[in-house]
Amino acid sequence: MPQNPEKVIDHLQLFREPEYKEIFASKRANFEFGHPDEEVARVAEWTKSEEYKEKNFSREALTINPTKACQPLGAVFAAQGFEGTLPFVHGSQGCVAYYRSHLTRHFKEPNSAVSSSMTEDAAVFGGLNNMIDGLANTYSLYQPKMIAVLTTCMAEVIGDDLQGFIVNAKNKDSIPQDFPAPHAHTPAFVGSHVTGYDNMVKGILNYFWDAPDAAARVEDDGINIIPGFDGYAVGNNRELKRIFGLFGINATIISDVSDVFDTPTDGKFRLYDGGTTIDQVKAAKNAKATISLQEYCSPQTLSYIKDKGQDVTKLNYPVGVAATDEFLVKLAELTGKPVPAELTLERGRLVDAIADSHTHIHGKRFAIFGDPDTTYGLSRFLLEMGAEPVHILSTSGSKKWEKQVQKLLDSSPFGASGKAYGGKDLWHLRSLLFTDPVDYMIGNSYGKYLERDTKIPLIRLTYPIFDRHHHHRYPTWGYQGGLNVLVRILDKILDDMDNHTNIAGETDYSFDLIR
Amino acid sequence: MSLANEQTKEATQALIDEVLEAYPEKSRKRRAKHIGIQKAEAKDCDVKSNVKSIPGVMTIRGCAYAGSKGVVWGPIKDMIHISHGPVGCGYYSWSGRRNYYIGVTGVDSWGTMHFTSDFQEKDIVFGGDKKLAKVIDEINDLFPLVNGISIQSECPIGLIGDDIEAVARNKSAEIGKPIIPVRCEGFRGVSQSLGHHIANDTIRDWVFEKSEPRAELETTPYDVTIIGDYNIGGDAWSSRILLEEIGLRVIAQWSGDGTLAELENTPKAKVNLIHCYRSMNYIARHMEEKFNIPWMEYNFFGPSQIAESLRKIAALFDDKIQANAEAVIAKYQPLIDGIIAKYKPRLNGKKVMLYVGGLRPRHVVDAYHDLGMEVTGTGYEFAHNDDYQRTTHYTKEGTLIYDDVTAYEFEKFVEKLDPDLVASGIKEKYVFQKMGKPFRQMHSWDYSGPYHGYDGFAIFARDMDMAINNPVWNLTKAPWA
Repeated sequence: MPQNPEKVIDHLQLFREPEYKEIFASKRANFEFGHPDEEVARVAEWTKSEEYKEKNFSREALTINPTKACQPLGAVFAAQGFEGTLPFVHGSQGCVAYYRSHLTRHFKEPNSAVSSSMTEDAAVFGGLNNMIDGLANTYSLYQPKMIAVLTTCMAEVIGDDLQGFIVNAKNKDSIPQDFPAPHAHTPAFVGSHVTGYDNMVKGILNYFWDAPDAAARVEDDGINIIPGFDGYAVGNNRELKRIFGLFGINATIISDVSDVFDTPTDGKFRLYDGGTTIDQVKAAKNAKATISLQEYCSPQTLSYIKDKGQDVTKLNYPVGVAATDEFLVKLAELTGKPVPAELTLERGRLVDAIADSHTHIHGKRFAIFGDPDTTYGLSRFLLEMGAEPVHILSTSGSKKWEKQVQKLLDSSPFGASGKAYGGKDLWHLRSLLFTDPVDYMIGNSYGKYLERDTKIPLIRLTYPIFDRHHHHRYPTWGYQGGLNVLVRILDKILDDMDNHTNIAGETDYSFDLIR
Repeated sequence: MSLANEQTKEATQALIDEVLEAYPEKSRKRRAKHIGIQKAEAKDCDVKSNVKSIPGVMTIRGCAYAGSKGVVWGPIKDMIHISHGPVGCGYYSWSGRRNYYIGVTGVDSWGTMHFTSDFQEKDIVFGGDKKLAKVIDEINDLFPLVNGISIQSECPIGLIGDDIEAVARNKSAEIGKPIIPVRCEGFRGVSQSLGHHIANDTIRDWVFEKSEPRAELETTPYDVTIIGDYNIGGDAWSSRILLEEIGLRVIAQWSGDGTLAELENTPKAKVNLIHCYRSMNYIARHMEEKFNIPWMEYNFFGPSQIAESLRKIAALFDDKIQANAEAVIAKYQPLIDGIIAKYKPRLNGKKVMLYVGGLRPRHVVDAYHDLGMEVTGTGYEFAHNDDYQRTTHYTKEGTLIYDDVTAYEFEKFVEKLDPDLVASGIKEKYVFQKMGKPFRQMHSWDYSGPYHGYDGFAIFARDMDMAINNPVWNLTKAPWA
């Protein structure tokens, strides 16, 4: 009997006991009617071949293991970054259960959003009544300061008119006439979660900036920062605020989830915490400039802001030395304030760390997958450390993104063997990893299946990370963030060296104490 | 009813009224019907169930797609399940449920992969049938060992008028493998539940109707199946081991670690054993009518229920099996005595509030009782009235019952009833931990498990102790606050 009260064993050990191995073997032999072992082994080998890769890359209709979610996920995330705001998702209710679970599994935090719970009758007659009752219930139960309305694909397919519905609901007293209820159409069959982020931020700005009673824009010295969809938002937004503090500037982060996604365990559940206030959103209209830290999370928002007369800048996930330099130079240029000495010191420390460790990184080949800006930013950081980004893949990546990454690769001799794969998925990447192997892989938790198949070590640095805890609390942006990213990469490389040299009596020679 | 009971009941009713006060009147009246207090000798819980959730209240429920792809079909390991429509549904349900299986993923098994037709605007406008046909070709081409394909419809499919049945028929004839079209669009029904039913019906119509059990499978008088066990954390395995130990032969697992052949061979069983009644009673009833196969519900949570179930199952067979069952119960008794001796003193009298789906809001109650714990509140995400009828067997008079509870209600109920443990899902976990409440996820076993069977009970007891008695809960108040 495998189980013992003295030391209870769970799935990690239980199923390796002989009693269980026996039932697995008998189930397989007698009841599963699977394929012979040799056939499975033959096909497994074939999936690693150049021939298979070609077949795999000729796919036109099937997507397997993509690095993208649908628009509403990004829109929910964006909405949650505003003070007291509850996302209200108009459409089928299962979607909201999915977004909440997904974000919760990454951040290990509660995630609150509501649904208008449309069912078959609403599919036929439209979801107006769901909106009317739903807004009233949300308002009474959860007492938000703002309800941000967005859509699932069901509501989009039947063509529900959000703006009209919200006006209707206000006329039925579901929520007060002056209660903020911005909206965004977020069809799941257009773009991905990065698109949804863009649509929601734009919807919220538009609601306040173009309100009938909104004051005309009077430019001030303000700076707005749009962080974009980011699995490290807690650490990164706090790092941004620290940087603003050192500069002595009052920049506004538009959509700041860093508090609501990092509440304390002190006996009280906070449905809302922190976030960009409505007053800040209104004032942001007067800012002289807006910087988006993730271009692909904000194309429409930036174009809207530019039309208002602001100077707009788009960056691509400021990780590493040069990308942080660029961000700080822009801040200095916009504010007229010099880059603080403290940050110059931090820069030097990051360069010091890279210099100390470059021997382990130089020339190492990497695959990188994730969102368009994250993969771009991480590739740039690798290049400046002398590593070689080889396969850069983003299912949300467009042709434009591919060109942009190619330009980056072309700018460095270390980019010579690199290529960007926009619109491709992790099954494509599997073929690439077999036919053109790399030393390390940077991606999200789903990369663990690729790691299992290819034995290429995975460094978890993109969203979502479900199987490691708390990394999102540490920044990846700025020089401090660069240091964190460097250490995460180095730790994996050094662990990998140890794992390959730890056979006593055989590889004692490279199992070095000092590296 | 004693005076103390009467007073408790009044207090609980006052709590319900107070919590419902927050709703607008129309919703308050609707929600009031879903919340009740268990009466003495009641036949059911006297709560309304299986009706639409109220909009805007933060229901914890999912959808029909989740019930079909996520629960019933998804775990069948030697088939590829296409999330047909936009990319999200398959993405969010990708490899999250811990339906353990053994196989070479990507070669002869696909359980932890995500296949989607990734609908774009043009597919919505012009229809997705052609794309679906191509998706099937590409699957068959890249994964030649796939034994069958299911098409899991997402919301748009039913709204744009696609004919996935025609595609399934044509393509199945072409590639010579079963293709099962499932109309589990998320807007159908009121929860996951209709998705289970629809998925069951597709097994009836597209598996049983179109294939025969494998001739090679020789039958014995002891052939049974495990139906409604999704092998979360290995549950079906720690159940199977007991059934085999008493001398039965498990010819199919539905659907955790299951294969298409196991589904096809099920009509050869002598008895279908049902764990999750809610999600798979439909197919059991069908097989009873069509093939004369009796079915029986059992409960493998906690030693009291396991022993009772083993005896009930054995009673359907001969003396030899009955004697084996007694021997197996006796064999595990020292383990159980040891577990209870170790953990009961640490858990005795602790109060639990549950909110889960399927069978667990009732099935786990006696496992807690075995550890000396008390269940003071329970509720289901997607139960029907027959679930509530089965609940009173387990719960005690005065238990607070909440159907399709909202995040607001659950938070308030826990705040006021102050249990020692909350056992629910991932969306609830961190809410209650912030409040300083020990919590266990009872969908995924909080990444632990298995919890079924005797081996599983030991883990269950260990985990409940870990949750309640971890010293972190003494740290939530700063000394100066």
